[in-house]
Amino acid sequence: MKQFEITTEEISVDQVVARLADPGSGAVVTFVGVVRGTTEGHEVRYLEYEAYPEMAQDTLQQIGDEIRARWHTIRGVKIVHRIGRLQVGETAVVIALSAAHRSQVFDALRYAIDRLKAFVPIWKKEVWADGAEWRSERGPE
Amino acid sequence: MENEKICVRVKFFAAPREALGVGEMELELPPGTTVEALIDQLTRTHPVLRPYTRFINVAVNRAYVGMQTTLQDGDEVACLPPVGGG
Repeated sequence: MKQFEITTEEISVDQVVARLADPGSGAVVTFVGVVRGTTEGHEVRYLEYEAYPEMAQDTLQQIGDEIRARWHTIRGVKIVHRIGRLQVGETAVVIALSAAHRSQVFDALRYAIDRLKAFVPIWKKEVWADGAEWRSERGPE
Repeated sequence: MENEKICVRVKFFAAPREALGVGEMELELPPGTTVEALIDQLTRTHPVLRPYTRFINVAVNRAYVGMQTTLQDGDEVACLPPVGGG
């Protein structure tokens, strides 16, 4: 299975975590990004995620490489991001990291999600009952 | 030679893709064309892109590049509006 993946299928957190199985790891931490039902007063009907899939996969791999270079205690990194139409409550992204011990693994996880949001070519369109908008970390275009 | 041109594939995503109505196009350009010149040209030939082009980052062959990068024949150029995954 791929370590870094863009998929149109539902994501199972358990399956992502299972890919980190390794007798040397004593700690696994996960970030699960879920579609929220309201943003800034709008009721969200669904989100439409779009990616530049080949480059998104390469940049996720790059984030994995950066984490391993920065935190030598991290043993495994898996990132799966879903694209297409997602309903409220569905999982959009799972990031899972493993390490021998828990120290530093939270810092690395925080780094992974911040980097993903700033750098990986994935976009989301919020579709509300009364309109729609492409959103980015830098605010509306 | 006057018919010496390079051919590049340009990809669009998210809001500018919707505004344009297509996700990619092939363009013939003079050799030596920079990313910046390509974006200027696209803004002139497709005015619907105007609201987006100043926020666009560009990737060539799947890696972010600067605006002064010179394009080569066969390049895949991606116009990337501000990203927002997660």
